[in-house]
Amino acid sequence: MTITVNDKAIEAKPGEMLLTALRRAGIRVPTLCAMEGLLPTGACRMCVVEVEGMRGLVPSCAFPVREGMKVQTHSQRAVRARKTIVELLLANHPDDCLYCSRNGNCQLQELAAELGVRQRRYQGARNPMRLDMSSPSIVRDPEKCILCGKCVRVCEEVQSVAAIDFVGRGSKTRVAPAFNAGLNVSSCVDCGQCILACPTGALTERSHFKDVFDAIRNPKKVVVVQHAPAVSVTIGEMFGARPGVDVAGVLNAALRRLGFDYVFDTSFAADLTIMEEANELVDRVKNGGVLPLMTSCCPAWVDFAEQEFPDLLPHLSSCKSPQQMLGAVLKSHFANRLGVAPGDVFVVSVMPCTAKKFEASSPERRNEGQPDVDAVLTTRELARIIRMRGLDLRDMVAELPDTPFGERSSAGKLFGASGGVLEAALRTAHHMLTGKELDAAKVKEIRGLQGVKEARVKIGGAELGVAAVSGLANARRLMQEVRAGRRDLAVIEVMACPGGCVNGGGQPIGADLDAVRARMKALYDIDRDSDLRTSHANELVKRLYDENLGAPGSEKAHHLLHTAYAPRQAEV
Amino acid sequence: MVESRIDEVLERHPGAGRDALIPILQEVQEAEGYLSREAIVRVADHLSLPPSKVFGVATFYNQFRFQGRGTYHVQVCRGTACHVRGSAAVLDSIRRALKIEPGETTRDGMFSLEVVACIGACGLAPVIAINGEFHAGVTPDKVNAILNSCKRRSAA
Ligand code: SF4
Ligand code: SF4
Ligand code: FES
Repeated sequence: MTITVNDKAIEAKPGEMLLTALRRAGIRVPTLCAMEGLLPTGACRMCVVEVEGMRGLVPSCAFPVREGMKVQTHSQRAVRARKTIVELLLANHPDDCLYCSRNGNCQLQELAAELGVRQRRYQGARNPMRLDMSSPSIVRDPEKCILCGKCVRVCEEVQSVAAIDFVGRGSKTRVAPAFNAGLNVSSCVDCGQCILACPTGALTERSHFKDVFDAIRNPKKVVVVQHAPAVSVTIGEMFGARPGVDVAGVLNAALRRLGFDYVFDTSFAADLTIMEEANELVDRVKNGGVLPLMTSCCPAWVDFAEQEFPDLLPHLSSCKSPQQMLGAVLKSHFANRLGVAPGDVFVVSVMPCTAKKFEASSPERRNEGQPDVDAVLTTRELARIIRMRGLDLRDMVAELPDTPFGERSSAGKLFGASGGVLEAALRTAHHMLTGKELDAAKVKEIRGLQGVKEARVKIGGAELGVAAVSGLANARRLMQEVRAGRRDLAVIEVMACPGGCVNGGGQPIGADLDAVRARMKALYDIDRDSDLRTSHANELVKRLYDENLGAPGSEKAHHLLHTAYAPRQAEV
Repeated sequence: MVESRIDEVLERHPGAGRDALIPILQEVQEAEGYLSREAIVRVADHLSLPPSKVFGVATFYNQFRFQGRGTYHVQVCRGTACHVRGSAAVLDSIRRALKIEPGETTRDGMFSLEVVACIGACGLAPVIAINGEFHAGVTPDKVNAILNSCKRRSAA
């Protein structure tokens, strides 16, 4: 159908919301509460436009198109209404933008600038509210909250966690866990999806800057950094690159310039994880172990499982995540090679994830009382540090990661995408079971952005049912099926963040679905163009087993690379 | 004991759904005097709702309180008659004296504060009631004396 917008005809599809049609036509109407893929609520009224024949302004995000309708998106009335909304939001908003981690990347700032807000027209009473620093990963600053409700919706609708909600009403309304408790005692699993949704600095990651800088300045410490598979295909965005550009080489260079003594790619440890996990799968398949095997590399998922599905914990792979595995190897084998005490090796990881901060600091994930990883930076934090040091990724020359863990397979790199861990594990499990390589074309079904992907994969004479889910609401549904007796699956990969780590809670803010798709494609392109596509063919992984660990599943490997899970209960 | 009163309420609503939330919360408050953390978590569990939702809904209504009553429960009438004669200022000075908001209880458990619509003693306006005992014609400067006499009584 055709509608008329700002006196020009544009195409619209029956049943869609006006905003969708406007966006397709390249007409920009600002929004605050609208969320891609979720139903509109019409709460913020930022997106109001004028529709001929309607008396009041209508929120375009929640107003269905009608044949022949006439719309003005930037009439004086509409623009003035938007400006008033922003001015009211600013009335009781702190104005310490200079010190805010979202300075320069805040929707409220953008809107104020776009609408020409130049003075504080309303002076609202400030509600002094306490910063919530209780969580190991997420910091909540309720004073900066504009009550758009996006975090509440992501947490409930996408993650089915519902750790936070609107509390109170009127001018006292805030977003908080039950009883205004700290996030640490709530059901929050630290996924950070709420941070990606938040238009302001009300939700941010807990910074580990200081620990990292202190370690770099300390001459006694050997400071080692690892970067996760999904970081190199996203961090470029924060330096002006389009989504999906792989900058692994210059990332290595930048990290060295920042003063890290050794630089590794966590994808190497992902290969190691695959060796252990595929071995575990083969063992369970052959010996009638607990199936389906569930992946355990996503700490938000592990936390969710411990909380919501304690009865299914025996399904979880006992493998530590790649970040923890590499940390454990660095603080044992690698420290020995260097001839330094394990305690003098300080391991930093750069992760696309906020939950990795929780994982690294959690007492249950320690090795002989010592953490495998000492500090975790999100992709965003690293970009900030790089800029702070006056470096620009664009004018650096690519470098390789350090020995002895300097090579990775592209299977390890796939860990950054939902379905990637599963595919990597299947390649190696296939080889372990049949001695032959898996034809990669067979697992196409588990690639892509869909939240639930299933396939049946032939391995020798057997056929295995496999599934990859992302988004914890999808995981919850599948777990309920397993709990109810679903038996046709042998492996389930779970990633808490929709699409996997490429869309992790620590990634650059402001990515839409297309950007996430581009990031994901970058990983599969790397895999397509790689000569080393399986973890079991990684010579350096083999050497680590030969020199140190023995074989996959050995006692030593278990001691260093595996962990255990226990039920836990949220207080509120 | 505390548990069982919540149980009794929940037993009266077997298989209840979301629409029973408010009545259940009312009954729990009736039975226990307030909505405790445990109560919220138990009710949430019973209705298969997240505790954050239940707390969110409960805090939307003024009728629910989330702390037990103090030794002295202070009710301030905000009915029309009292309002006209200055109850807003009275409420304000009590809030400042006790450093709590309506619905809250002081840290030492001595006082709790509640705002009520009309206490039904308009002739005595502005009126406050402490544990049911009326104080008539209260003005902001009398507030401290009244509260102090409570403290003395409990020290004795
Ligand atoms: S980090 Fe994840 S689980 Fe925690 S409040 Fe945010 S969205 Fe919910
Ligand atoms: S914390 Fe952020 S996302 Fe959540 S309601 Fe407030 S402004 Fe919106
Ligand atoms: S974006 Fe349309 S009402 Fe908020």
